[in-house]
Amino acid sequence: MSRILIVAEHDGNSLNAATAKTVSCAADFGVEGIDVVVFAADGAAIAEQAARLTGVTRVIRVDHSANAQPLAAVLAPQVAALAADYSHVLGPSTTFGKDLMPRVAALLGVGQLSDIMDVQSAYTFRRPIYAGNAIITVEAPEDRTLVATVRVASYQAAAEEGAAEIESRDLDVALPEHTRFKEVRGGSSDRPDLQTAPRVVSGGRALGSSENFELIFGFADSIGAAVGASRAAVDAGYVPNELQVGQTGKIIAPELYIAVGISGAIQHLTGIKDAGTIVAINKDGEAPIFEVADIGLVGDLFQVIPELQSALN
Amino acid sequence: MEKIMVAVKRVVDYNVRVRVKPDGSGVVTDGVKMSINPFDEIALEEALRIRERGDAAEVIVVSIGSSECQQQLRTGLAMGADRAILVETGQPVEPLAAARVLLKLIEREGVELVILGKQAIDDDNSQTGQMLAALWERPQATFASEIKFADGKATVTREVDAGLEVIEVDLPAVVTTDLRLNEPRYVKLPDIMKAKKKPLDTIAITDLDVTTDAQFKVTNFAPPEQRQKGVMVEDVAGLVKALKDKGLV
Ligand SMILES: Cc1cc2nc3c(=O)[nH]c(=O)nc-3n(C[C@H](O)[C@H](O)[C@H](O)COP(=O)(O)OP(=O)(O)OC[C@H]3O[C@@H](n4cnc5c(N)ncnc54)[C@H](O)[C@@H]3O)c2cc1C
Ligand SMILES: Cc1cc2nc3c(=O)[nH]c(=O)nc-3n(C[C@H](O)[C@H](O)[C@H](O)COP(=O)(O)OP(=O)(O)OC[C@H]3O[C@@H](n4cnc5c(N)ncnc54)[C@H](O)[C@@H]3O)c2cc1C
Repeated sequence: MSRILIVAEHDGNSLNAATAKTVSCAADFGVEGIDVVVFAADGAAIAEQAARLTGVTRVIRVDHSANAQPLAAVLAPQVAALAADYSHVLGPSTTFGKDLMPRVAALLGVGQLSDIMDVQSAYTFRRPIYAGNAIITVEAPEDRTLVATVRVASYQAAAEEGAAEIESRDLDVALPEHTRFKEVRGGSSDRPDLQTAPRVVSGGRALGSSENFELIFGFADSIGAAVGASRAAVDAGYVPNELQVGQTGKIIAPELYIAVGISGAIQHLTGIKDAGTIVAINKDGEAPIFEVADIGLVGDLFQVIPELQSALN
Repeated sequence: MEKIMVAVKRVVDYNVRVRVKPDGSGVVTDGVKMSINPFDEIALEEALRIRERGDAAEVIVVSIGSSECQQQLRTGLAMGADRAILVETGQPVEPLAAARVLLKLIEREGVELVILGKQAIDDDNSQTGQMLAALWERPQATFASEIKFADGKATVTREVDAGLEVIEVDLPAVVTTDLRLNEPRYVKLPDIMKAKKKPLDTIAITDLDVTTDAQFKVTNFAPPEQRQKGVMVEDVAGLVKALKDKGLV
């Protein structure tokens, strides 16, 4: 029996793109089947989306009022209960997956592998360590369930040409009540999603204030790009935390990444290694960002950005 | 609450540019500066602030690793921890094993709150806190940027991909720290002197009766692929042309 179970990530209404990327990774394992489980209060629409993903053999829908919010403590025992039928259990390496999958692994009494970026066999993988400064090849034991997260920036989303069967399931599992969801703030924006947008414009400490950061938003909007930021810009309060790109923020792989007033610290570069083209605009010609940039321009962003915006429109 | 436990890991300092050994057997760590994992400093700072506002009586720092981890534990004591425990081992400790060790210590000490870093910046696993919470059958509040206590409960703001999520957990609980939780204090010289007198106990990992054998085998270390050298353009017109040439605008 070699089958993969993928835990779907969603916002209560629709499937997150991270799930489709996890399915692409799973397709490289060469196993007999790939099932996706959707935990929600009412997962009908989400399950249908998951069923369309190419490569998925079956979608398991677990509707329960306790599953309205993705609390790791509540989801983990349910995933662990399903795991008996699978050789592998995968989740995306997003904050959702990073919170949940280690808890699942510990309940199963097994270790967990983080951030799969390349599948060499069903039990041999490559993953980054030290903020991407080294890539290790890791072998996992075949005699127990492998629980792992997938570095989604390393994979394209699976196509939507499938038609897997959907099965509703009731799980007889005691759910803990020691953890309660209160609220989630932020994230409501009409702009493209940072993690999936083909174009991203990021601003750094050089912007100097949240008012000045409007320059980045305006430019990004004019070319239909998502907005990102360095940690320094987030720490200084110019933009909210969900815009942070890097080792401890989001790892992204847009076709075009424009770094404006960002020095290029290793922790930031980790987040953009897989970008197609990196453009750097910085007034310091010695800034390390130029070592990785495909196109570099030395200049003052407060002049360059308005000029660039009008040249492109 | 009575006791808070903080796990601190000894890692290569975040300013060091880590290099892979030419033979692919590991990364160069000889003569490299070692420090407390930055997220664990934040964890310790938070524990100290909780104690200083009177919400806890004692802060214990724990590290699992070689005898050299004493340096990081001494730094923790100098920051203000009351005592330290080194669980000594010469073997690598995977997150599940670290979680098992920490659980043993929790049971011995009767701890009500454990604070860990959200990830160690060497292996970047981000697992230990979540595994500990599972084994302990207690709540986990990961990636915390704010923690408040009232009536035996903690309200924790978490940095998630969608923004900020607030959850409430019953104590005892496990919290893992994100970067914006606080700014750790600097250690002053007199504190370093005082820290020398604080208790630091060493326990051999083999005396704890936990399974710590490694499950994963690392067969190779490789440097990341280098990006091809790019071009520098003179002005905005040059930039627009370069973008057009690549078909990006
Ligand atoms: C454990 C840990 C985790 C971290 N995780 C992350 C992470 O996930 N993401 C992240 O980004 N960072 C992270 N960092 C922080 C990182 O080390 C850097 O401090 C941060 O990325 C710097 O942000 P910056 O480039 O905006 O600021 P700076 O380094 O201050 O750079 C500002 C740049 O702007 C340029 N500049 C100034 N004025 C202008 C102007 N008018 N026009 C053009 N250019 C100008 C300067 O030349 C400079 O290069 C982490 C650090 C640690 C210790
Ligand atoms: C010589 C050597 C060889 C190694 N070989 C391997 C190998 O072959 N395979 C492999 O997978 N790993 C290997 N490692 C790495 C080791 O197993 C990692 O420490 C382990 O995987 C934990 O991962 P992490 O620190 O990224 O955990 P994370 O889950 O990212 O850590 C989160 C938090 O847990 C706490 N924590 C974690 N570890 C400790 C600790 N030791 N003491 C105190 N607190 C801690 C800290 O608060 C930390 O912030 C080796 C390490 C050494 C020193």
